Amino acid sequence: MKRAIAALPVLVALIFGAFFLWGLNPNRDPNAIPSVLISQPAPEFDLPAVEGTGVPGLTRADLSGNPEPVVVNVFASWCVPCRAEHAVLTRMVERDGIRLFGINYKDKPKDASAWLEDLGNPYERIGSDLNGRAGIEWGISGVPETFIVAGDGTVLYRYVGPVVGAEAEKQFATALAQARTKNGGES
Amino acid sequence: MTWKMLAAAAMLAVLPFTAGAVEPDEILDDPALEARARVISKDLRCVVCQNQDIDSSNAGVARDLRLLVRERLVAGDTDKEVMAYVRARYGDFVLLKPPFNSSTYALWLAPAILMLFGAGTVFAVLRSSRRRLAAAGLSEDDERLVREMLASEKESGK
Repeated sequence: MKRAIAALPVLVALIFGAFFLWGLNPNRDPNAIPSVLISQPAPEFDLPAVEGTGVPGLTRADLSGNPEPVVVNVFASWCVPCRAEHAVLTRMVERDGIRLFGINYKDKPKDASAWLEDLGNPYERIGSDLNGRAGIEWGISGVPETFIVAGDGTVLYRYVGPVVGAEAEKQFATALAQARTKNGGES
Repeated sequence: MTWKMLAAAAMLAVLPFTAGAVEPDEILDDPALEARARVISKDLRCVVCQNQDIDSSNAGVARDLRLLVRERLVAGDTDKEVMAYVRARYGDFVLLKPPFNSSTYALWLAPAILMLFGAGTVFAVLRSSRRRLAAAGLSEDDERLVREMLASEKESGK
């Protein structure tokens, strides 16, 4: 009995030590909000085209029945990191041949089309989410956010913040490769 | 004069507590619905500024969620249905009071378990120290020795 009690402080120290070790892990982001959409069908939404861009709008129906995964990017011309991310997305479209859909979040069509004219338009379709309601359906907390949606319309992956920098791009590329093999395995 | 100034000071002091992030154009005409919206908004976490409820947050998404809550209420949803609607989109994370389920057992039960553990430790320590005190009483031989010493002290003191 006494020996057991003597061992207690060590046990307590070990438990707390393990807890601190878990807490100090630099890869753990306490601010990360787990998305409820992962492995769920994409939410219902129906967005009109952004005037002046020349590409059609985006609806839920466009996300199902695709032969391979598509990328849905939430962006806005007023969002500074989106400008940096734009180059990465353009490269992914041109080099990797991904299909890129856009949700233009709370943006004036005029600003959005001017922004895309200036930087180039990598998006196949862009939906104009003027009041941010589609953003809520997707559970976003800000722009930019990027989703990978399987061919059947299931959301596979969510990236919060700009996909910019080696680390982020690697993470995203891995997720995309996984999505592609998964999609290929199913069909 | 003075009480007027006092009243003005009191009103000014109260002002910061009444001023929320809710903007005039968001407020519903029906005071009962608005009151329910305020209560619901206080239980929903803002996903941008994560330790604030959406009722007091100035973030854009918080405003959108406030509007959404009011819209659902006007459409005839119950408070529970409104909560479920937001939760379906943002998950348990959006609730300021986390639900009791398998991922939160540790959160809800840890305080009680730690309390029990602490109480048990205190109880065990107290009981063992009391036993030690009882055992530390003088034996009969010792008692006699002390008596003799005291007696000899008295005699020499005379």
